[in-house]
Amino acid sequence: MSTVVKDTHHEEHPSGIMRWITTTNHKDIGTLYLWFAMIMFFIGGLMALVIRSELFQPGLQFVDPQFFNSMTTMHALVMIFGVVMPAFTGLANWMIPIMIGGPDMALPRMNNYSFWIMPFAFSMLLSTLFMDGGAPAGGWTLYPPLSLQTGDAFPFLIFAIHFMGLSSIMGAINIVATILNMRAPGMTLMKMPLFVWTWLITAFLLIAVMPVLAGGVTMLLTDKFFGTSFFNAAGGGDPVMFQHIFWFFGHPEVYILILPSFGVVSAIIPTFARKPLFGYSSMVYATASIAFLSFIVWAHHMFTVGMPLAGEVFFMLATMLIAVPTGVKVFNWVTTMWRGAMTFETPMLFAIGFIIMFTIGGFSGLMLAITPADFQYHDTYFVVAHFHYVLVPGSIFAIMAACYFWLPKWTGNMYPETLGKIHFWLSTFFVNLTFFPMHFVGLAGMPRRIPDYSLQFADYNMIASIGAFGFGFAQLIFLYLIIKTIKGGKKATDEVWEGAEGLEWTLSSPPPYHSFNTPPVIK
Amino acid sequence: MSDSGSYYIPHGSKWPIIASIAVCTAMVGGSTLLNGNPSGKYILFVGLALIVYMMVGWFSTVISESEEGLYDAQVDTSFRMGMIWFIFSEVMFFAAFFGALYYVRAYSLPWLGGEGTGLATNTFLWPNYEAVWPNNANGPGEIGGDFKVMGAWGLPAINTAILLTSGVTLTWAHHALKEMKRFQLIIGLGLTVLLGAIFMYFQALEYGHAFNDLNLNMGSGIYGSTFFMLTGFHGFHVTIGTIMLLVILARCIYGHFNPKNHFAFEAVAWYWHFVDVVWLGLFVFVYWL
Repeated sequence: MSTVVKDTHHEEHPSGIMRWITTTNHKDIGTLYLWFAMIMFFIGGLMALVIRSELFQPGLQFVDPQFFNSMTTMHALVMIFGVVMPAFTGLANWMIPIMIGGPDMALPRMNNYSFWIMPFAFSMLLSTLFMDGGAPAGGWTLYPPLSLQTGDAFPFLIFAIHFMGLSSIMGAINIVATILNMRAPGMTLMKMPLFVWTWLITAFLLIAVMPVLAGGVTMLLTDKFFGTSFFNAAGGGDPVMFQHIFWFFGHPEVYILILPSFGVVSAIIPTFARKPLFGYSSMVYATASIAFLSFIVWAHHMFTVGMPLAGEVFFMLATMLIAVPTGVKVFNWVTTMWRGAMTFETPMLFAIGFIIMFTIGGFSGLMLAITPADFQYHDTYFVVAHFHYVLVPGSIFAIMAACYFWLPKWTGNMYPETLGKIHFWLSTFFVNLTFFPMHFVGLAGMPRRIPDYSLQFADYNMIASIGAFGFGFAQLIFLYLIIKTIKGGKKATDEVWEGAEGLEWTLSSPPPYHSFNTPPVIK
Repeated sequence: MSDSGSYYIPHGSKWPIIASIAVCTAMVGGSTLLNGNPSGKYILFVGLALIVYMMVGWFSTVISESEEGLYDAQVDTSFRMGMIWFIFSEVMFFAAFFGALYYVRAYSLPWLGGEGTGLATNTFLWPNYEAVWPNNANGPGEIGGDFKVMGAWGLPAINTAILLTSGVTLTWAHHALKEMKRFQLIIGLGLTVLLGAIFMYFQALEYGHAFNDLNLNMGSGIYGSTFFMLTGFHGFHVTIGTIMLLVILARCIYGHFNPKNHFAFEAVAWYWHFVDVVWLGLFVFVYWL
């Protein structure tokens, strides 16, 4: 397939730094997104280690409570908006045009803009660490009136969120236009790889809810600086209204963070089980159902805020419904593996780890969905354990699985398999060591976002902190492995994996600068 | 779908990075200003100037590429999808503010007045407060003091008629474009721009009336907050839409577009109709009911 590089302006891109600043190529932009996410992963990780250092023992050791709260807030913002979202957007940029047999993204210049917003938005956000009054410390959910007490950081925080939202919306519009308009002839919607499908639905969610967040934080801004009363009960508003607006964005947002993972896992499991996915169309419909349900469950984040009973019951039942399409997915992956000729290369290990540990997070989510039980769990470490299980061995593991799966395709070199496996086992061991004990301390009543705790929680917190440092250092292996693979290694074949299916494996490794100048033939 | 290799992929472009720097500069300037440092306004001004420079530069690049015929039907479809989904995102942006309005009217204000689960709130915190939208809608704290409500059947009704008419003139211009009657096209577009400008002028008069005669401003409790947030963002969108229409008018005068190829015209027309529909929502729920 390397003969397709007949394009006359193929190597016309500038070299050096200007290539990366001005590029309109989907692979370059995908690479930029992935490296950005990697850098942010270590910055956000350092913040997590500050939190875990402070919580290693009861009492106040290293940081003052204000800075501790800044760390929890910034860790969340960085990990959500700076790591998981850009990493998946990077994967989308790299893979979607190839997977659908298109020449590039539909709107290449806007694609560049979507990426280059990110370093600027995050410079603004991270610069608040050095401002009067400190970085935002009211939690990433920005609930008023607490968030309105932020110092000089406040307008920077709000505008940084606007800016990231702009990037996400443009990125999502680009992905929708690419998927709907750039497919090769014969690539019907129901032939698309599931990664493409899950991203199509994710992009729709992004376009639908990022503007709502923008509206919500705009109201915070005017409440603080222009005298409006949206979240001020004395003026007829309601602070709880912010929570409704925020979680109307926030719940679809958590599916934005997980749906592309489903796509990644649905690509990897069939490859290494050497069987087609058990039920393709049921996966598509399950994804769409989850996306629909995500719009009508938001208030399960607010059960203890004092809603009318009908609201509590509705949101409880709607939330529990999500378990049905999610169950469809999990059983789909398991039945795909059933009687498959399985091998356990690193991407497969991460994918299987994903299924098991994401399911643990899903079950604790189901527990939290039960309104009366949530009255006990709300704002405890049980919630922290729940969402870290779905985000770290969920989203992050899926991103890592995707990196191992496609790294040979991207670089043309095989990664060192043993090192990859060591990375997986260390990550899995330490991630459980970190987050599993949080279930116990949470159920026993340890509140989240507090730098100190009661003595009976000491042992589990010490274990969690050891786990966090272990997990953090294990990620240095990942960084080393990626750099090593980019620099060289055993040459990868075009197909890379024995059971791999999809257009990306028909291209050379690494693929040509422009993937498909002639559309491929779809059987 | 893809017909081989003809899809136009621009080479490296400097505009996105300029856009990032420009918007970031404006945001840093705005934040500095909001934090009470007056030098922020210079940074803000530089940022806004850069944004204008970037918009002019980026759009001229796209316009000249379009005039060179670099865009085929597939590129055109990408642009259309881009615009449609952009307008959808705008719909959701306004939905946040309309949602706030409905929530306040249906829940938070009645609760403050003691309805439903708000009985204790009313009894213990605001015993003398009776919730009546819109007259009492600056809350139990009477934030901003006494105010009068903006009536629906003066300027707002006239403005509704103006915007609806502008939709008609724009459609007339579109039909003229499809039939290549350039004179009619320019007259139709010109009228639309004029109506947009009149709308904005009336809106400014209305704001003056609110500030000076009604003691109504953004600080007038939740009524003033929702009123000015919704009408303000709408007015901002009308301004943007009018500027977009002006650009299209200039392009028509230069002889751009033909009956088959006039995506930019249609995109701006969609945007204008969107702004129009938002106004109808405003007229009904903010001014009238």
